[in-house]
Amino acid sequence: MIENSSQRRHNASLFCTQNAANQAIENAILGQMPLTEEKVKLLETKAKEIRRSIIEMLIEAKSGHTAGPLDMADIFTYLYFHALKHDPKNPSWEYRDRFVLSSGHICPVLYATMAHAGYFPVEELKTLRKFGTRLQGHPHREWLPMLETSSGPLGSGISQTVGMAIADRIDNGRTSGKQFYCVTGDGELDEGNNWEGIMLAGKEKLQNLTVIVDRNNIQIDGFTEDIMPLNPLGDKWRAFNWHVVEIDGHNFRDIDRAFGEARAVFDRPSVIIANTIASKGVPAFERMFEWHGKPPGTEEEIKQAREALK
Amino acid sequence: MLNPHLKLNPKLLDPAVEQVPIRKGFGEGLLQAAETDKRVVGLCADLTESTHMLAFKQKFPERFIEIGVAEQNLATVASGMAAMGKIPFITSYAMFSPGRNWEQIRTTIAYNDRPVKIAGSHAGISVGPDGGTHQAIEDIALMRVIPRMVVISPCDAIQAKKATLAAAKTDDPTYIRLAREKTPVMTTEETPFEIGKAQIVFKSEKPDVGIIATGALLFKALKVAHKLSEEGKKVTVLNIHTIKPLDEEAIIKLAHESRAIVTIEEHQIIGGLGGAVAECLAAHFPVPIEFIGVKNEFGQSGKPDELLEHYGMGEKDIYAAVQRVVLRKK
Repeated sequence: MIENSSQRRHNASLFCTQNAANQAIENAILGQMPLTEEKVKLLETKAKEIRRSIIEMLIEAKSGHTAGPLDMADIFTYLYFHALKHDPKNPSWEYRDRFVLSSGHICPVLYATMAHAGYFPVEELKTLRKFGTRLQGHPHREWLPMLETSSGPLGSGISQTVGMAIADRIDNGRTSGKQFYCVTGDGELDEGNNWEGIMLAGKEKLQNLTVIVDRNNIQIDGFTEDIMPLNPLGDKWRAFNWHVVEIDGHNFRDIDRAFGEARAVFDRPSVIIANTIASKGVPAFERMFEWHGKPPGTEEEIKQAREALK
Repeated sequence: MLNPHLKLNPKLLDPAVEQVPIRKGFGEGLLQAAETDKRVVGLCADLTESTHMLAFKQKFPERFIEIGVAEQNLATVASGMAAMGKIPFITSYAMFSPGRNWEQIRTTIAYNDRPVKIAGSHAGISVGPDGGTHQAIEDIALMRVIPRMVVISPCDAIQAKKATLAAAKTDDPTYIRLAREKTPVMTTEETPFEIGKAQIVFKSEKPDVGIIATGALLFKALKVAHKLSEEGKKVTVLNIHTIKPLDEEAIIKLAHESRAIVTIEEHQIIGGLGGAVAECLAAHFPVPIEFIGVKNEFGQSGKPDELLEHYGMGEKDIYAAVQRVVLRKK
């Protein structure tokens, strides 16, 4: 069913020509795809499978980040199984939406979601962080060409996505059918480069740009509001002329509403501040900043994670 | 004698030789590249006029992005535009780009293998009165150390134009180093230019010494070579306009012929042209080398020529270095 809807999006694209107006119509059709109760259930099931994969990857790799990947599993599932216009069998399809992961360290969720969406075999996930793997510790587009960019050093994803959207507007105008998405962490917003990009996007009124902030309130050294307060976070973005939506990042209906709103806004870029629970899905690890950058290591931790995601 | 095959400016050693800022050649090259290739876009960090991007902006406003004073954004937005098939040229002063945005250039441009062209204007100590904060004398080292990065340091405005046009045609991340001051025009439209191909500008049979120069200081190297040849010394001068990839063959050949090398650059001697030449010769054909450049210190305000002399990059310094290196020959 999920594969079918992905296929449907691709089929819809076959009716599309390079004509910008047609693309706009196509996009409108895609934007109207309803999130049915049945689809929500499927997304929930898929998100759980992805969380299981994340945990198994981390256990196998014996290093990597746990909190962010687990808490962004719902958003990534929504993106790859509902929102993104993409074709896993043709990753370089010109008319695809562009998705940039700025917080490269949460790549286990990116890899797991892409594998479940059909980009590469799920078995390959076990190679995470091993010598010669395509699944580098932080994403590298040369090793895994279906990525839009490489990331790891924080704070540069928004600007790259801004550049992509500006380049597309030069070619296709303001009615381009493509959406440009970027996921960032919240601690990552300490980086000044972000705000340079946010300022430019506001100036350029990039209506087809949407940033999703993983607002899990933790970073390596502690809680974000202790390390470097971000609040009032929504007001900061508003001051830079962005449309701001704050949501429960684990509720698919909420997520769907926010993405719909972001697509509908025409005169400014949108940010979805997704309030998430760090390490969501494994209660023993939830909300703790200690889980930012380590994998389940002890037998007890491995058991807790596997039990919780059964 | 001057190499006739290069069709250099016949008035090169004339006191009234025409002088043009190197950055002006970049502006002309960018405009021409943009006229022939729609993929060329320009991004600037609030220095459109002084980096000579203005003509491009006026002719192609839809392909020009004003980034504001934000060099990290300059590099990363360009990377995103390159991801969509554009060939972005980004300009600021070299001190700020690639000075301030080094990691963004490394990760989002070089590691990502995006064909972004970084034009760093006002490079070198000859920026003068602005003082040490604005004198980029570490930029060659910063860019040379990054895998994949091509590093071009043209000697005059005409070469800068050719370098810009050549860079626009490659898929490589590229740094083009530009100077602010008026510089004697040494080459002509007919002078060949190929990225990575060094030029023998002044040639002697069985030279006593080989001078290897980059950027505007090539002119001083030529003047010293001319003086030395009048004194009966045999000198060959090599113009290394491309510091990476380095034309190792030409450098090794010159070392073989001369058995003594002087390198000249308006840059720290650590990690720049001198470093590159020393790495090459240490591995392939060790000979004595004298290094002309800034020696592990910062600059200060002053007139360009007085600064060049103060920091040991004047003609008399080059002349003295030649004498020293010849004495070191075995």
